[in-house]
Amino acid sequence: MTVELGHFALILAFCLTLPQAFFGLAGAAWRKPHWMALTRNAVVGHFVLTAIAFVCLMRAFYLNDFSVLYVAQNSNSELPTMYRLAATWGAHEGSLLLWLLVQATWTLAVAAFSRSIPEVVTSRVLGVLGLISAGFALFILTTSSPFERLWPAALDGRDLNPLLQDPGLIIHPPMQYTGYIGLSVPFAFAIAAMLEGKLDSVWARWVRPWTNVAWVFLTCGITLGSWWAYYELGWGGWWFWDAVENASFMPWLIATALIHSLAVTEKRGLFKSWTLLLSITAFSLSVLGTFLVRSGVVESVHAFASDPTRGLFILTFLAVCSGSALALYAWRAPLFRTDTGFAPVSRESVLLINNVLLVGATLLILLGTLYPMFLDALDLGKISVGPPYFNIAFLIPMLPMLLLLAPGMHAGWKRASYERTGRTLVLLLGVAIVAGLVLSLAVYGWHSVMTTVGFALAVWIGLAALMDPVSRLIRKQSLSASIVGMSVAHLGLALFVLGVATTESYRSETDLSLRPGQTAELSGFQFTMTKLGEVAGPNYDAIESEIRVTRDGEEIAVLHPQKRTYRVQKNPMTEAGIDSRWTRHLLVSMGSPLGDGAWSLRLQYKPMVQFIWFGAFTMALGGLIAATDRRYRSRVTADATVSTTTGVKAA
Amino acid sequence: MTARQRRMLLVALMVIGVGAAAAFALSAFQDNLLYFYSPSDVTAGKAPADRTFRVGGMVTEGSFHRPTGSMEATFVLTDYSHNVTVRYSGVLPDLFREGQGIVARGKLDPDGRFVAEEVLAKHDENYMPPDVADSLKKQHQDAVRKSQPAT
Repeated sequence: MTVELGHFALILAFCLTLPQAFFGLAGAAWRKPHWMALTRNAVVGHFVLTAIAFVCLMRAFYLNDFSVLYVAQNSNSELPTMYRLAATWGAHEGSLLLWLLVQATWTLAVAAFSRSIPEVVTSRVLGVLGLISAGFALFILTTSSPFERLWPAALDGRDLNPLLQDPGLIIHPPMQYTGYIGLSVPFAFAIAAMLEGKLDSVWARWVRPWTNVAWVFLTCGITLGSWWAYYELGWGGWWFWDAVENASFMPWLIATALIHSLAVTEKRGLFKSWTLLLSITAFSLSVLGTFLVRSGVVESVHAFASDPTRGLFILTFLAVCSGSALALYAWRAPLFRTDTGFAPVSRESVLLINNVLLVGATLLILLGTLYPMFLDALDLGKISVGPPYFNIAFLIPMLPMLLLLAPGMHAGWKRASYERTGRTLVLLLGVAIVAGLVLSLAVYGWHSVMTTVGFALAVWIGLAALMDPVSRLIRKQSLSASIVGMSVAHLGLALFVLGVATTESYRSETDLSLRPGQTAELSGFQFTMTKLGEVAGPNYDAIESEIRVTRDGEEIAVLHPQKRTYRVQKNPMTEAGIDSRWTRHLLVSMGSPLGDGAWSLRLQYKPMVQFIWFGAFTMALGGLIAATDRRYRSRVTADATVSTTTGVKAA
Repeated sequence: MTARQRRMLLVALMVIGVGAAAAFALSAFQDNLLYFYSPSDVTAGKAPADRTFRVGGMVTEGSFHRPTGSMEATFVLTDYSHNVTVRYSGVLPDLFREGQGIVARGKLDPDGRFVAEEVLAKHDENYMPPDVADSLKKQHQDAVRKSQPAT
């Protein structure tokens, strides 16, 4: 019965999105306070009903109700409880329900934390979010209901994909979704601003914390995904440039550009139409990502549903969303023209270049991702674009961006003078170059110019990021959350660059055959296989080897890589054995038996690889700190900082 | 220099910068396109001799050989009308086995054998890489057409 109750709740939740959208948009247009108040009620109701639907589905998983098709396909009575609950979003239907729940949560958050925003604006934003929820709820109800019954009921389920049986799976999708969907909030704000015909610094101040928080979730989601792929796929890569990864990375890049563009819009009242365009693009790319993943046009771990009607629905949804938003933009953008100028050397210029480079990088990735699909769709041959393209194409715009970051952080608005900071920046650059040379020559050994440049840039950016907070602390000046956040985020980027430069330059790996008693060597470490035996897990059997790692006769670690076979789906899985230290990882993965007690093994040495994720999480932390700045919470009635408000008399 | 000249110089520099970046990116794009060929294409000599490409098909039953304790594997890929012998040294993916559809990336050696740098199989029992499925379908249709007597 609960399953039907869940289905019913979902239908009601869909029904409530319609009044939410109507009263939100119409109430604001005709200035009817009662209608606008109704919108809030609809938001709360929609949230409660979606949550009920979600809990009902989760309960079916918990109780092993294999009379539900979706549960029978994605769970099993032997599956540990934790994974049974997480299996709720382990495949297409359930993950969409999670998507809707997250959307409802964001909408509720906007309704709850909008006390400082005029009712008309909030109402419009909630209305637009209602339309988006309506689209997704309809999508679930018409093409992907997780509540369908299976008759006769299955005796046991087909189990969750073993790849997904990992703690990383429990948090990665919700994080990723929260990020993706969070971008619908700046999107809705952009639509609201265009409908109102008014966009000023106050508007930017409303949008900034929302954009930051969405970006923080997206950053964490992508980082967790990368980390999960690294250890769960067992082969030690942290980024593969596959279509699904790119689909999540493109909205991230645009959201990053948006964060920087919003800074200019808030502080100087510039880049208004550009900011709007980025808000629209960021969310559109999120939906495009969903299309790529859900329609089955790309093959990957994520592409679990290849159903043309689903792809078509999302494509239509995308066309309606971005199409109408862009049409509105074309009509309204001329209202947001500004005449304020700025000098070629100023913070505005630097942020403009930052935006151009980020958007350029996104376009290059988009080209590499979509081109093979277009060719395939038009039957012009089958190609794929190799990772080297993405590496080069991404580095070309990112290198100048990293170069400009340190001076850019310290550029003043309107016209940058560098009177006070120039000397320190040059000094830090000197330190960075020395540090880069020391790292690449003395510590790791010469690799290439690019490696040294990478080291030096990382150090320069890191030091430059700390310059401002440190000097303010010394002079006992106040330090706002915005500045701390910016510094922490840029420091995170520096750590990330350091991790990438080291790992990609100095990693080493080898595939070899080893039998118990034999020893192999990699990067100065000796790997000895001491044991080989069978072990049994809750729902899998595995062959486990014991590898003792020594260096100069001294034991460093004992690793236990496994080759698992899950009992239901019979899929073999590689569980790498990882010895983790601050400065490096050692990975051992088991390949296959080669006969005579020998196994093929892959040994890997990954210096500084953890800095990649640590740096990315530090960036996210910076974004979070910046979002807590006090000025976002104070109610602003008049635009105090800039007097370039674009008023509109008639539309 | 007047302000106007300075601005023109700036614009010119930006155009040159963007142009150079685009040229780099597009040449990288061109160099890194990997084409997909079926075993029939490879036997017919359609695949490039000096360039990395991808070949996909089913691993022929009984064709997999690997000396005991060694990493050097050879196997035959087929689209049921032509075969290509593939050599690969390294750890094979978990789902590699005979009768399974796989995709290999690598180059041809002078003897016409394919030396793979990477072998991909998907993490699903029933999965067939879409490229392989398409090329098998095509071979099947061709075979059906040929077997029908001409009228």
